[in-house]
Amino acid sequence: MPIASRDFRELRLEGVGRDFGQLHALRDVNLRVKRGEFVALLGPSGCGKSTALNCISGLLQPTDGAIWLDDKRLDEIGPEDRGFGMVFQNYALFPHMTVRRNIAFGLTTQRRPRDEIERRVNEALALVRLETQGEKLPGQLSGGQQQRVAIARAIVVEPPLVLMDEPLSNLDAKLRLEMRAEIRRIHTMLGCSTIYVTHDQEEALSLADRIMVMIDGQPRQIGTPEDLYSRPTSADVAEFMGYRNLLTSPAQTVPGGVSVMIGGVQILGTPMAPINGKATFAIRPDDLHPTADGPIPATVEIAEYHGRDFYAVARGSEGEDLYFRSNKRVTAGEIVHLAAARERVLVFPA
Amino acid sequence: MSAAQLSLRRRLRERGLDGVTLLVLPGVLFVLALFIYPFIYGLVLSFHPKQGGWLANYQKFFTEPFLYETIWLTLQIAVPATLLNTVLSVPVALRVRLMKRQKLLTTILVIPITLGTVMVADGLLTYLGPRGWLNRILLDSGITDSPVRLIHNYWGVMLSLVISGFPFTFLLTLSYVTGIDPALEQAGAMLGAKSRQRFFRILLPLLAPGLAITLALAFVQAFTVFPSAILLGAPAGPTRVISIVAYQAAFEQFDYPLASAIAMLMALIQIVIIAALLGARTLVFRGPVSTGKG
Repeated sequence: MPIASRDFRELRLEGVGRDFGQLHALRDVNLRVKRGEFVALLGPSGCGKSTALNCISGLLQPTDGAIWLDDKRLDEIGPEDRGFGMVFQNYALFPHMTVRRNIAFGLTTQRRPRDEIERRVNEALALVRLETQGEKLPGQLSGGQQQRVAIARAIVVEPPLVLMDEPLSNLDAKLRLEMRAEIRRIHTMLGCSTIYVTHDQEEALSLADRIMVMIDGQPRQIGTPEDLYSRPTSADVAEFMGYRNLLTSPAQTVPGGVSVMIGGVQILGTPMAPINGKATFAIRPDDLHPTADGPIPATVEIAEYHGRDFYAVARGSEGEDLYFRSNKRVTAGEIVHLAAARERVLVFPA
Repeated sequence: MSAAQLSLRRRLRERGLDGVTLLVLPGVLFVLALFIYPFIYGLVLSFHPKQGGWLANYQKFFTEPFLYETIWLTLQIAVPATLLNTVLSVPVALRVRLMKRQKLLTTILVIPITLGTVMVADGLLTYLGPRGWLNRILLDSGITDSPVRLIHNYWGVMLSLVISGFPFTFLLTLSYVTGIDPALEQAGAMLGAKSRQRFFRILLPLLAPGLAITLALAFVQAFTVFPSAILLGAPAGPTRVISIVAYQAAFEQFDYPLASAIAMLMALIQIVIIAALLGARTLVFRGPVSTGKG
């Protein structure tokens, strides 16, 4: 019998770390996931987010720290006794079993009565809208359908926690959006706590209640999507969250903010931490616009039309690349005058 | 070039016939010359006995216990050896798959293939003989009072078949095992399946088609045992396998038609067993052993 009950209060990671020989793949992960919460582990590839997930699933033993589900210590028991659901990146459906038998697998290992299995598999099939595909083999389904089966198989056992390892990364762009909405819908309906690993910040922002950004095996910031989007606490988190303009300059605290140098001119920014001397500042392309009297002169190099707006790269007078958005047509070679609002220029100590 | 020529070439290509198809010709000729022709020749020869009607050789085989008993004797050696080699290869392959120094271990396990049956037999004769290391250790340490007989009997042949047959079954099984996505087993574990359930419900069904092929190949190898049955066995007694009587018919009695008939019966038995194994294969799943498009 799985030790985990559906009614848990929280999952706690306390100083969890994992070494592979000399390599510290994961260090100092402290995280609390409350019941019903959707938490995304976000980071570039190789940042340790999948390692963290595998430590929670039990497929990997942490070398440091402890994992608790309420007052039960998890990291000393195997994955088969934790009772968590998991959705794998490559779906990992059993190719020799029909869709129905794939979904029923977790219920049969629990030795549930046959009519209960039948009923719950039907419910799960309805939930992922695959009622008519039950007798097919996984190989006969499309990628999106296989992913739905994988989700149904993971949630049919009503696990306290569902773990998802980049579940959408093998799908094409349109299907990814569809499945994203589907995952959101299922989470809202069932309220199952979910830990979701992804390298796609948009996916994390749109799905999660809270996001943990990981870089180089360490958690760098934990917060709501709004926190991470508008108030990253360090320059590398900012870079990962889409602040493409990341520049270093001398900085000076002045009344109303910090002044930094961009393209040979001084602009005002908002300090995210006490600044002295040198600073790294970050601006989203969306927050840098050409205006009639913008202070930063730059020459447009590449302009891409994105439907409503243009996204462009311009070269500043110090040779720096400046990424900006414009709602008017800009063309290569044109000279623009860029401006950014003070509160959208985030200044970090360098 | 005329339109008709073009379209003929195109039609052929659409049926999978193009210049590259010609590359199979040397292989086809080779098989015809060295396999099909001798086989047909032997088959025809077996129906032209030295005395009697066209079926006389087969009648002789099935009326003389000295001859027909060899089928049973050979199966008694070949079937256990095949099963042992195949069944043993599964856990070893499953373990080796997880090892870091896989190549080293695989090399060690495969060395017996390079030695050849005669050398293995020679080694075993020395090592397991009455004055060999094994018996000396057993006697000197007082574990046994008299030498253990492991050569010139059934066990000698069996040991030789395991030593030379296991590397083959192991290599085959290892390739089938490594073809199975490890995520499938992990998915099974996440769904609460213990290692026993994961093996019987996930790994074994996916391995079954490969194991059928492994069994078929291992059986052929064991059923045609010859040098070790003579060198390590008791060729006049319990290891008088069918290939020995075929050899005796051909080269001691110079009765080539009878030898051919025995060879044809050997082929028939092997074909029946292989057909049964491959037939059983169609009863289980035969699709790809991994899912996903990525």
